[in-house]
Amino acid sequence: MSRLRAHPAWMPAGIVVGLAAIMLVIAGCGSSNNNGGSSTEAQKSIGPGEGKLNIICWAGYCEDGTITKGVDWVSPFEQETGCQVNVKIGDTSDQMVDLMRTGQYDGVSASGNATARLVEGGDVAPVNTDLVPNYKTIFPDLKDQPYNTFDGVNYGIPHGRGANLLMWRTDKVSPSPTSWSIILDPNQAKKYSGHISVYDDPIYIADAAMYLKAHQPDLGITDPYELNDDQFNAAVDLLKKQHPYVGDYWSSYLKQINLFTSGDDQVGSTWQYQYFTLLADKVPVAAPGPDTGYVPTEGATGWSDTWMIAKNAKHPNCMYKWMNYVTSAPVQAQIMQWFGEAPAQSTACDPATVETADKALGLPPDPKFCDNYHAADPAFWKRVYFWKTPLADCGDDRGNSCKDYNDWVSAWTEIKG
Amino acid sequence: MRLSPATRNLLRGGVAITLAFIYIPLIVIAIYAFNGGNSLAWPPPSLTTEWFGKAIDNTGARDALWTSIKVGAVATGIALLLGTLASFAVARYRFFGREAISFLVVLPIALPGVVTGVALSNTFTQVLGVDLSLFTVIIGHATFCIVVVYNNVIARLRRVSGNLEEASADLGAHTWQTLRFVTLPNIQTALVAGGLLAFALSFDEIIVTNFTIGAGEQTLPIWIFSNLFRPNNLPIVNVVAVIVVLLSIIPVYFAHRLTREESISARGGGAAAAAEAAVVVN
Amino acid sequence: MGRRLADLFHGRTSLQVGGLLAGPMGWLVILYLGSLVVLLVASFWSVNAVSGELQKTFTTDNYHELLNQSVYKTVAFRTVRIAALATLTDALLAFPIAFYMAKIASPRVKGLLLVAILMPLWSFYLVKVYAWQTMLASGGVIDWALNPIGLNGPGYGSTAVWLVESYLWLPYMILPIYAGLERIPDSMLSASEDLGGKPWTTFRRVVLPLAFPAVVAGSIFTFSLTLGDYITPQLVSPDTQFIGNVIYSNHTNNLPLASAFAVVPIIVMVIYLGIARRLGAFEHL
Repeated sequence: MSRLRAHPAWMPAGIVVGLAAIMLVIAGCGSSNNNGGSSTEAQKSIGPGEGKLNIICWAGYCEDGTITKGVDWVSPFEQETGCQVNVKIGDTSDQMVDLMRTGQYDGVSASGNATARLVEGGDVAPVNTDLVPNYKTIFPDLKDQPYNTFDGVNYGIPHGRGANLLMWRTDKVSPSPTSWSIILDPNQAKKYSGHISVYDDPIYIADAAMYLKAHQPDLGITDPYELNDDQFNAAVDLLKKQHPYVGDYWSSYLKQINLFTSGDDQVGSTWQYQYFTLLADKVPVAAPGPDTGYVPTEGATGWSDTWMIAKNAKHPNCMYKWMNYVTSAPVQAQIMQWFGEAPAQSTACDPATVETADKALGLPPDPKFCDNYHAADPAFWKRVYFWKTPLADCGDDRGNSCKDYNDWVSAWTEIKG
Repeated sequence: MRLSPATRNLLRGGVAITLAFIYIPLIVIAIYAFNGGNSLAWPPPSLTTEWFGKAIDNTGARDALWTSIKVGAVATGIALLLGTLASFAVARYRFFGREAISFLVVLPIALPGVVTGVALSNTFTQVLGVDLSLFTVIIGHATFCIVVVYNNVIARLRRVSGNLEEASADLGAHTWQTLRFVTLPNIQTALVAGGLLAFALSFDEIIVTNFTIGAGEQTLPIWIFSNLFRPNNLPIVNVVAVIVVLLSIIPVYFAHRLTREESISARGGGAAAAAEAAVVVN
Repeated sequence: MGRRLADLFHGRTSLQVGGLLAGPMGWLVILYLGSLVVLLVASFWSVNAVSGELQKTFTTDNYHELLNQSVYKTVAFRTVRIAALATLTDALLAFPIAFYMAKIASPRVKGLLLVAILMPLWSFYLVKVYAWQTMLASGGVIDWALNPIGLNGPGYGSTAVWLVESYLWLPYMILPIYAGLERIPDSMLSASEDLGGKPWTTFRRVVLPLAFPAVVAGSIFTFSLTLGDYITPQLVSPDTQFIGNVIYSNHTNNLPLASAFAVVPIIVMVIYLGIARRLGAFEHL
C-alpha cells in the first residue's frame, strides 16, 4: 500500500472553515421576503380562467365530495368555470399563513388572526370588490371591518362568521354546562381531568381573557386580544392551571372527531363542523342551544373569515371567479348549514334558497337557520370576539404596551409545558 | 457455550417476547385492513376485503407511490455515487482528516431528523431562495443515504485488499480499466445492498421530508400522514401498509442474501448488519 | 480522452484523493454542514411578530428566552429522559434475542430470525406509530387486553411515547448487538468455562464487556431518533411537548427561536457521539 500513501496534501479543516465562512456570507445576503405594507394595486378586470386554482380553506368550506359523498359545491364551480380546484385544508391560522408565504397558493379563507399578518407580510393583494358582484348584497356589518380593510383598502371578500363552540359528551358530562367554567375553572375542570379538549393555538389565550373579562372584572379587560402585562399574565396563569386537566390540544379537526367518538375527549372547545359530524355519526354530544345563541354565558371567541387573494397569484382570474361563486346565495346557503355558521351573503337567508340547500345536502328543512345563527343581528355579534392578530399597539389610550403575537406564541409553548 | 436447559428456555422465552412485541402491532394493522366497521373499536365488528380494491383505485395513493419511487431512485443514485467515491478515498488512501470523514458521513443520520429538516429547509427557502419541491426532497434524502452506501462499500473494500488493483496496474491496465474490470465487479454486491437500503430509507422517510417538500407534492408517507385521521380513507391506509410490508419481503430477502457473504467475516458482518439497520427511518 | 484523464491522475495521489472527495465532501460540507452553520446564525436573529420577516440583526434574546422560560428546560429534560428510557428498554429487549441468534441458534434459525427482525424495518414508520395509536386508544386493543384483569391501558401520554419509541427502534439495537456478539470467538467462552466460570459469570465478565461497545453503537440510533421525533408525540401524546414538537411548531413563524432550540439536541448528540467514540462504538457502526 506504500504506493497509495498520500502526502498530507489536503487540509479538510481549512476547507470546512472556508466554506462555513462562505455560507455565513451568503446567509447574510440571503434573499429576503417580499416587502411588507405593499401598495400593490388590485386587479382591474377579470380575464378568462387559467384552468387551475390552488386554495387554502378551513374544514367544511370547500367541500369537493372527497370528504363526504354528495357534499360538493366545488365540482359545479369547476364545470362552470373550467378552473380545476386543488383544496388544501388548513388546521390553524398559523398554518395558513405559512402556506400562503410559500407563494404556491392563489387564495385563502383567512380569519382575523391571519389577515393582518398576511397584509403586513406582503403575501396578499388588495381585492377589487367591484369585480365580485355578490359583494353588494353582503351584510353591511361585515364590510370595511378592521380585519378585512387596512388603511382604507379592501383586502378580501367576507365569507361568514361564527363562534367557537363548547361541546360535551352527554353520557359523560352532567349537569349540562352553560358556562366556559367547566373547562376554565380549575375546580370544575378537575372532574374531567385528562378528557378536556382545547384548541392548540396561541389564540386560545383570548378565550381565557374573555373568561376573565366576565369573572374578574377588576382586571379591566375589554378586548381579549389587546392585553397589557397584568391581563396577559392572568390569562396565561389561568391556562397553566387548566393544563394538567387537558387531555388533548387539538389542531386537526379530524383527530378531535376521533377522540370525541372514542370518549378520550369528553368536553372542550370546538367548531360546529365537528359537532354536526359527530351528531351524524350518532355520537351523543351536545352544545349550548339556540336559546343562548349557541354561546355560553361569558360569550365566545369566534371568527369572521375573509377570502383573500395572493399577491402574485398564478391563477388570479380563477380566484376572483371563486370568490364570487363562494359568496353566491345558493353556495352560501349550503356552506352555512354544512359547517354551521352565519353566512356573509344576506340573500342566502331567503327561505327558498335555504330549502334548496337543505335538499342538496340531505338535511331536514331548517327555515329558521339564519335566525338561529343571528345572521342579520349585528347586536349579537358584540358578544363574540372575532379572532384577530394581537398587536403591540393597544388601539386605545394605553398606547403600545400590549403583548404582540410573538409573546402569545411563546406563552403558548410555556402553557403547554 | 454450555447452558443449562433452564437458561436456554429462559432465553427462548425472551426471544418469543421480543418477537411478539415486534409483530403484534403489525398484525393488528393487518386485521384492521379488513375492518368492516367505521371506527377503530376493537375487535372490528366485521371483516371485508373491499378496501383492497379501493386502495388500488385511489389515485392519491397511486400518485404518491409513483412520486416516492421517483424520489427514491434519484436519491439512491446520488447516494451511490457520492458514497462510493468517499469510501474509496477513505479505504484506499491515507491522508490528514481521514477519520473526520467517517464522522462527517454519519452525521446526517446521527443528528435528529428534525434538525436536518429545519436546517435544509431554511437553507433552501432563505439562503438559496428556491421553492420547496421534489428536487429539494431528493437532496435531503440523498444527504443521509450517503452513509448507508458508504458503510456497505467501505466494509467490502476493507475486505478486498488493494493488492488486486495494484496487480492490475502492474499488468498494464489504466485506472479506468482497473476500475471496470477489477474493482467494480468486486464491490457490486455491496453496491446493490447499499442501494437497496438507501432506497428503503428514502421510501419510508417522513421526518425530514415534511420540511423539504413543496406544497403540492406528496410522497407515500406524506400521503399516509395526511390521511391518518380521515375516517373515509383510513382503511385504505391500512391496506397500503399491509401491501408494503408484504412486498418488502422481496428486497429484504435480496439484501440479506447479498450481505450474507459479509456476515461470514466478523468485521464486515458488523458493518453490513448495522448498515441494514442504519435507519430505514430518520 | 479517457486515457489522457487517467494519465493526469496517475501517480498524483493527492489529486486522486481530491477528485474522489470533491463530490461527497462538497455535498456534505457545503450543503449539510453549511446548513447547520446557517441555522446557528439564524438563532441569533429575530422575527417581526406581524409580517414574519426575519430581522437579521444580532441578538441573544432567543437564548435568553430558552434559559429563562422554564418550559424549554422541562421539554428538553423530558425528551432526554424518554430517549434514555427507550434506549435502556431496547438494550434489555435486544440482548436476549441477539445473544440467542449469535451463539445458540442453528444457522438456519439464525437466518430466519434475521429476516424476521429485518422485515418490520421495511414497514412504514408512520404505520407503526399509527398502529400503536389505535392500540392505545380508549377501548382499543390494549384496554381490551388489560381490562379483564382490572387494569387500564396507559392511554396517551409520555408512557405511550416511551412504549412506541422503544418499539420503533428495537431492530436498530438488535442488529449491532448481534453483530458484536458474533465477533466474540466461541473459544473465549469455552476458555472461560474451562477456567471454572459459571454461565452467569462468563456473561458478566466476558460477554458483557466485549459486547458493550456494540450496545453503545446501537444506542446512538435509538437515542438520536427518539430525541428529535415530533411525529410520534403528535400521534400518541397530543398534550405533551417534546423537543421535536417545539422545533417543528416554531420553525415557520419563529425560525430564530426554533433554531436556537435546535442547538440543544445538536449539542446533546455531539457529546453523546464523543462518548460513544471513546467507548469504541464507532468500530461497530
